[in-house]
Amino acid sequence: MLSVARTLWMVLIRAFRPPATRDYPEVKPQLAPRYRGRIVLSRDPDGEERCVACYLCAVACPVDCIALQKTEAEDGRWYPDFFRINFSRCIFCGLCEEACPTYAIQLTPDFEMSEYDRGNLVYEKEHLLIDGPGKYPGYSFWRVAGKAVAGKDKGQAEDEEPPVDPKRLLP
Amino acid sequence: MSADILAGIANVLGILAALVVVSAGLVFVERRLLGFWQERRGPNRVGPFGVLQVVADGVKLLFKEDWVPPFADRGVFILAPAIVLIATVLAFAVVPIAPGIGVVDLNVGILFVLAMASLAVYSVVLAGWASNSKYAFLGGLRAAAQMISYEVYMGLSLMGVVILAGSFDLRAIVAAQADMWFVVPQILGFFIFAVAGIAETHRLPFDLPEAETELVAGYHTEYSGMKFGMFFVGEYVGMVVVSGLIVTLFLGGWHGPLLPPVVWFVLKLAVCLAVFVLLRAALPRPRYDQLMSFGWKVLLPLSLLNLVVTGGVALALDG
Repeated sequence: MLSVARTLWMVLIRAFRPPATRDYPEVKPQLAPRYRGRIVLSRDPDGEERCVACYLCAVACPVDCIALQKTEAEDGRWYPDFFRINFSRCIFCGLCEEACPTYAIQLTPDFEMSEYDRGNLVYEKEHLLIDGPGKYPGYSFWRVAGKAVAGKDKGQAEDEEPPVDPKRLLP
Repeated sequence: MSADILAGIANVLGILAALVVVSAGLVFVERRLLGFWQERRGPNRVGPFGVLQVVADGVKLLFKEDWVPPFADRGVFILAPAIVLIATVLAFAVVPIAPGIGVVDLNVGILFVLAMASLAVYSVVLAGWASNSKYAFLGGLRAAAQMISYEVYMGLSLMGVVILAGSFDLRAIVAAQADMWFVVPQILGFFIFAVAGIAETHRLPFDLPEAETELVAGYHTEYSGMKFGMFFVGEYVGMVVVSGLIVTLFLGGWHGPLLPPVVWFVLKLAVCLAVFVLLRAALPRPRYDQLMSFGWKVLLPLSLLNLVVTGGVALALDG
């Protein structure tokens, strides 16, 4: 009997505590910078696409929601002809971001991407590309990579030594 | 003469409208209060502070498919939800709200209320029977056992009040409380009546007929649309009726200083209803056998004791 009265009192005084509810649409939540939300494709500091169409993200994706086609520019750089993410399948696991060798594909703290039409959840490259470098400012794959492209031959990248000629016997 | 009739009609219609509106509004008030007591907000989206939630729910219920299962006993199935609403609304007719406000003054007011409460049992039992499904039937069985046994103490606990007031007329009982509310000499009767009243309306600590953890939704498992809505509203009308009776019989009715009688009645009613909701927010549902043994082994002896002691004291003071 006393425990019933005690319970009633304890529940009653809860009316004077602030509610634990977060008023979501009015008050936006504080998301961590590493929150795994909407996927973007970033650009390097020169404003070029970072993606080199290596397919590693598409391979890593456990739900196969990434589709792309590699093509080559005249200067020898690889880039995706199209890059398509089906967000109605995406589970936002972040494995594509981990797999990406060029920091091109990144997950951002944004989850408000609901649509009335399922087809609108398929994002093409122009929807995915952002203007900046995202979480990795200053990184440019083509500046540090060993692959030869127009204007930068083998051994000319940052911190890269000239290539060794395997046919010479000199040390 | 015609002014009298007009006043009577205004009284009836006004009280009926107020009862239905208050009962519907209770749906919103209850959810909001539960929210406060569970440290959340409750419905606050539709309209200012969410008050239009009731309208939204009503529209939703009206547009739901009003489906009668093919295996149900059609006539009884349709009749059952009407009974609960009719019986509880009729029970409220004898509750005196203020001098001059009230539908009817019967000299057997308390007996009338008890009779109507008994009729409301039929609604639940018939709903469970006509649904022709085992969960509904189990709910109906439980409701029958629970409500019939709790009616015994409900009636017995009121006899103390009747002895003190010397009348079954609710207006006479309120008039007898001008000096002292009956909750003071009849504190035991007050608690027994409150418990029996909760059981009678099958509200949450005693909502075994519709225990959703065991019986899906109990006796209204098969109901949908506005037929379900009538059970739903009927429960809240029952809450208002029991609260109104508690106010009338134990808390001095419209008596109170300064404020006009109607305001006092409404204030007391609101407090009673809030306590109803608080009980729902705080207390867990007992097991079925615990409920029955609590009724027969604790409440029945207590109410008999209350009756004997009150009668004895009244006789001693009289003689």
